[in-house]
Amino acid sequence: MIKIGGRRVPMRELSPEERIKNFSSVPLGYTEAEAVREAQRCLQCRGVPCEVYCPIHLRVLDMIRAIAARRFQEAFFIIQADNPLPAITGRVCPQESQCEGVCPLAQDGRGLNIGKLEAFVADWARARGLREKLQIKERPQRVAVIGSGPAGLICAYDLRRWGYQVVVFEALHKAGGVLQYGIPAFRLPTEVVDYEISYLQEIGVEFRLNFFVGQNIPFAELRRDFAAIFIGTGAGAPLFLGIEGENLKGVYSANEFLIRVNLMKAYRFLEYDTPIICGRRVGVIGAGNVAMDAARCARRLGAEEVYILYRRTRKESPARDEEIQHALEEGIIWMELVAPRRFLGDEKGWCRGVELVRMRLGEPDSSGRPRPLPIEGSEFVLELETVIEALGTTPNRLFLKQAPELAVNRWGLIQVDDNLQTNLPGVFAGGDAIRGNATVILALGDGRKAAAAIHRQLSEAER
Amino acid sequence: MKARIIERRQLCPEIYLYKIEAPHVAERFRPGQFVIIQTHEKGERIPLTVAEAQPEKGIISLVFQVVGKSTLHLSLLQKGQYLENCVGPLGNPSEIRRFGRVVCVGGGTGIACLWPILKALKAVGNEVLTIIGARTAERLILVEEIRQASSQVFITTDDGSQGEKGLVTDVLARWINSPAGASSPAIDRVIAIGPAPMMKKVAEVTRPQRIKTIVSLNTIMVDGTGMCGSCRVFLGQTMKLACIDGPEFDAHRVNFDDVISRLEMFRQKEKLALETYRRQLAAQREGLAPKELHPKRLSSD
Repeated sequence: MIKIGGRRVPMRELSPEERIKNFSSVPLGYTEAEAVREAQRCLQCRGVPCEVYCPIHLRVLDMIRAIAARRFQEAFFIIQADNPLPAITGRVCPQESQCEGVCPLAQDGRGLNIGKLEAFVADWARARGLREKLQIKERPQRVAVIGSGPAGLICAYDLRRWGYQVVVFEALHKAGGVLQYGIPAFRLPTEVVDYEISYLQEIGVEFRLNFFVGQNIPFAELRRDFAAIFIGTGAGAPLFLGIEGENLKGVYSANEFLIRVNLMKAYRFLEYDTPIICGRRVGVIGAGNVAMDAARCARRLGAEEVYILYRRTRKESPARDEEIQHALEEGIIWMELVAPRRFLGDEKGWCRGVELVRMRLGEPDSSGRPRPLPIEGSEFVLELETVIEALGTTPNRLFLKQAPELAVNRWGLIQVDDNLQTNLPGVFAGGDAIRGNATVILALGDGRKAAAAIHRQLSEAER
Repeated sequence: MKARIIERRQLCPEIYLYKIEAPHVAERFRPGQFVIIQTHEKGERIPLTVAEAQPEKGIISLVFQVVGKSTLHLSLLQKGQYLENCVGPLGNPSEIRRFGRVVCVGGGTGIACLWPILKALKAVGNEVLTIIGARTAERLILVEEIRQASSQVFITTDDGSQGEKGLVTDVLARWINSPAGASSPAIDRVIAIGPAPMMKKVAEVTRPQRIKTIVSLNTIMVDGTGMCGSCRVFLGQTMKLACIDGPEFDAHRVNFDDVISRLEMFRQKEKLALETYRRQLAAQREGLAPKELHPKRLSSD
């Protein structure tokens, strides 16, 4: 009899010493044998909590079953039918708080390794150039998708499958949004993103890059030209601390740091033209996933000491456990209960350090987390050459300014109803543009929901 | 979106004017805005001045000075070749109203940026007095165009090879500081576009008289749409982004020392990229290297 459950088949990873020399993927991926062994651990429960707790309700059980029977191609088609980006979600979803967290095998919040299995089938299919050939029944209506991040991509995919003429508008020169500019290659290789997006192009989604809706076409005109619009403009504008010294050279927003590294490939400077300057000692302000990404990039750019500077404690950190773990393995120094007071510079305007104040935790605040309070008189200076502020981001002001008729709340988030429709009929929104800083999978969930609502609206109008 | 070069003109030893096909930019461009271009797939995204837009032809004119690898590469592209990417128009347009008497001060490629602005200002009935300058007569650009578009033009060169010997700010200071009379027009607004030190000086000259002064800041940018924050400038204590809040700002509130300092942030790297590229070009010319030589290998020999 097979012992039910058993231990997770461990994921082989690059060693930390190896990792910090390059931007290659840290997890090496399951082999076929490993994937089969891991899939065979599945209890095949009837209630399929993994599917229930998946924001886009992927057919996890069928996929696992197919992998366990070594029917990898079938597993891929099962997952791809519902998810155009399996190689991406398999890598960046917070599975521990979704499918894997509710798996009955989970003793420690880590059940069956569903994420890595999903990535495995996607990678297996990519290696063989396998793609589903869709039979699309064309419809005449045109739908515009603004922004090519995860929300926009899945929305475009679903609508295109139903036959709509979909145009995705993207301001940058590459499609993918945060997948392209935000998430580093060692977590999500660029070729994976490019490959998944090329599938959308293959099925007839039109991408208009270097095109900023509002600047290149008035929002009102776009509404006239398209039967429906989905806004997936994300939350791409960085927040700054607003303290003394932010003008200094060597102080970056995490967005700038990551855009230079990921989108512009500054880590391959001289082959690529975009420069980045990363000092020997680097401080990252904040402790979310973006902070971990920035810190790990800094380490790979050659920084010897990289500090996470966080005003609360590890327990309150919004970052995924896996990300913190990887960061610590790579020698990132966790310094908690400190908050920056000001940045200190030299006479030439370069950052030389940060004045920090020690914090203690007080009563819970509106976020439910204990409020950090400064301990007066505890100030000290940490010498740093580079500072990266990873404080979160807000929606893009420029787009909102160009579409003033859109109702937004006081944080600049677009307001939507239960169907993700905005105050403007036929205009829908989802992802970080309505949520602030959320996750790729929640954005995918929104994009899918909005696509369904758009489909309902347009097909009703047809009748 | 690739953009084809349809005309290539060298305006002076280091400054070029390219007409490129970019209908989506041309259609929406208004004076004061800019574009961001990338010359090749692995290139930097750099902001460039738009000197003119011809929406009916779908053409814009870009003016740039060769300062680093990206602009050197751009200057080597020929008619018929393509820029890899061109996005725009970005930034806010200039405020074009009837102010009365406007003095426009330009230096370097700033003169090209100024050109559409002063045309628009004159068209709505302003008296436009323009002061443009350069190190030498040879380096002055668009003199005829500026002359046609302005009510009056004053030229300065550092060496006196054309116009008055001195700086643009000398002329401006003389106008402002001399006692009222025919030779010292009352100025309603000053617009200055050029190197940051020039704009800083203009702000200093107009500040005592509180003449409203506008500058267009040429900060470092990456995306140009408000995402990276590398173009941040400080107006007193307030942080603004040149790409989406500017590029034009009230000169009397801008902290120019920060602007000038932050422009130097990547200088060393920019120098390295330029030197490496020059060596690569030299090797190519001598037939010593294949066309797509890996620059890293070159820099280590």
